[in-house]
Amino acid sequence: MDYFFTEQQQMIIDTAREITNEKIIPVRAELDEKNQFPRAILQDIAKADLFSIFVPEQYGGLGGGCYDIVLALEELARGCVGVATSYAASALGIFPVMIAGSEEQKLKYLPDIASGARWAAFGLTESNAGSDASGIRTTAVQDGEEWVLNGTKQWITNGGESQIYSIVALTDPSKGARGASIFIVEEGDPGFSYGKKEDKMGIRSSSTRELILKDCRIPKDRLVGKRGTGFITVMKTLDMSRPGIASLGIGLAQAALDEAVLYAKQRVQFGKPIISFQAVQHILADMAIQLEAGRALVYAAARHIDSNPKNMSKASSMCKVFATDMAMKVTTDAVQVLGGYGYMKEYPVEKMMRDAKILQIYEGTNQIQRNVIGQELNKEYS
Amino acid sequence: MHIIVCVKQVPDAKDVRLDPVTNTLAREGVDSIMNPYDRHALEEAVAIKEQQGGTVTVITMGPPQAEAVLREAIACGADDGVLISDRAFAGADTWATSYTLANAVKTLGAFDLILCGKQAIDGDTAQVGPGLAYRLQVPFATCIQKTRKVSSASIEVERMMDDGFDVLRLPLPALMTVVKDINEPRVASLKGKMKAKKAEIRKFSAADIGADPQCIGLAGSPTQVVRVFSPEARGDRKIFSGSVEEQVDQLVECLKAYL
Repeated sequence: MDYFFTEQQQMIIDTAREITNEKIIPVRAELDEKNQFPRAILQDIAKADLFSIFVPEQYGGLGGGCYDIVLALEELARGCVGVATSYAASALGIFPVMIAGSEEQKLKYLPDIASGARWAAFGLTESNAGSDASGIRTTAVQDGEEWVLNGTKQWITNGGESQIYSIVALTDPSKGARGASIFIVEEGDPGFSYGKKEDKMGIRSSSTRELILKDCRIPKDRLVGKRGTGFITVMKTLDMSRPGIASLGIGLAQAALDEAVLYAKQRVQFGKPIISFQAVQHILADMAIQLEAGRALVYAAARHIDSNPKNMSKASSMCKVFATDMAMKVTTDAVQVLGGYGYMKEYPVEKMMRDAKILQIYEGTNQIQRNVIGQELNKEYS
Repeated sequence: MHIIVCVKQVPDAKDVRLDPVTNTLAREGVDSIMNPYDRHALEEAVAIKEQQGGTVTVITMGPPQAEAVLREAIACGADDGVLISDRAFAGADTWATSYTLANAVKTLGAFDLILCGKQAIDGDTAQVGPGLAYRLQVPFATCIQKTRKVSSASIEVERMMDDGFDVLRLPLPALMTVVKDINEPRVASLKGKMKAKKAEIRKFSAADIGADPQCIGLAGSPTQVVRVFSPEARGDRKIFSGSVEEQVDQLVECLKAYL
């Protein structure tokens, strides 16, 4: 379907497509097998200026919006969701600075993020604070000209690989969610180290690691935004980033559909290519219908967000739920179309099915997204 | 440092078909691309520029549509492009081509290094690089697999050989042709593509480069293509097995039949 992209959008798509075809697809199986972080590919992505898409022009970026990021992510995810997640995590990690950071912080960090010289990561989740993010226990206490952070962050994407971390910590534990603030912690800060590296079912090329803050001392000016406004910034960050996760589902489902159709055309059973059987055609048709519906919703939500609306939570959550549930279904169906071959590692669809599962879980489970949508509906009809 | 990269627009090898009647290349509907070896030459030039500073100029001889490869090169990091184009250049062989390129390089002025791909995938001659160096009277080396060290006075490189590599040092200015092992070409950047779209491509005609009409195009080409054909596929292949000694014995027995 023609979505009438602008010339710049088409340029973004073409560039990401070249990265995917030339740099990602040839090595994705090996990265998955070896649990290996795609450092060289992220450097290629940086050289191609894809990290600059989401950074405003005055800080060395291209000043693109949500729609532009979504288009880049969709293409990268067609190659590998692990690689695309590692790229997306840098955007997620720096969004708090873009949303609430001071001019000095923006000037200090954004040019490096845009050029890809440094990568960012987002540190919210803890062992007892997943869907209930307000349960975090990491604390930040002011001590003269410094903040002292203590706590452990869990499952942090790009942990150990990024150089800049947005850490959510309680500055007023008695106030709960209203006592949270965001801090920038840099690799090498005293008291900051990396812990356990996770061994995952899917997106195995991405790094998922513990961050340990033990009397971690950082300068006073690393506080992002006003003290106590951390959770507002977190919610805004996630509103902006969820369409990105949705677009990973779109790219992944496209890759699965491509594999399934090509296989069905060349696989002969009962004397005919299996695509000539209606039972197979209907599976493929349903995959294509769901994919295109998902894509249209993600693009619509992205355009809505770029219009700077008062409230973007519902659109953001709706596209995340639909596109990622769809990706799970479409990748599962792709394995079914390939049958026994689909279950084997020689074919890429089993990896796609493993990669799909996380999309329904991270950046807010799809159950939490439905809560958000439900609450918004309740407000709309009051 | 001023680096010149010579590139050629060629038909995409993935799409190449021969016309079964005329045995010439069927070019209709075939995409044109930058010669793959030239992409590596360009990447090396851009990498040297990033390390040493300077400018990279890309030149190509070809029809007006060859401008596309110059824009692609600018998107990949080159600073400017020169299209050497004139109907009088048509039908040039490697002798006339190297003459034409040499005149264009002289017109551009001083340079430190010229980089070319090892060969073009359409003609496969590997002669234009060395020919250009001869015309310009600068030292050259072919099949370079690695740049070891660059200074303003010389370049130290590894030349790929059948059984390893040679280490060579060339005083600058010099010319080298590169193999694919030398680097991984980058994907054209977004900012590069935007720059390439607006870039002004300089155009040189035969008169602009002061070319002698007898030395260019068909008139300046001693090579004449008599016939182009696809070699017949030979079906009589044999694969020997066993130890090396046993395989050699079997081969000798086989060859005896032809004596």
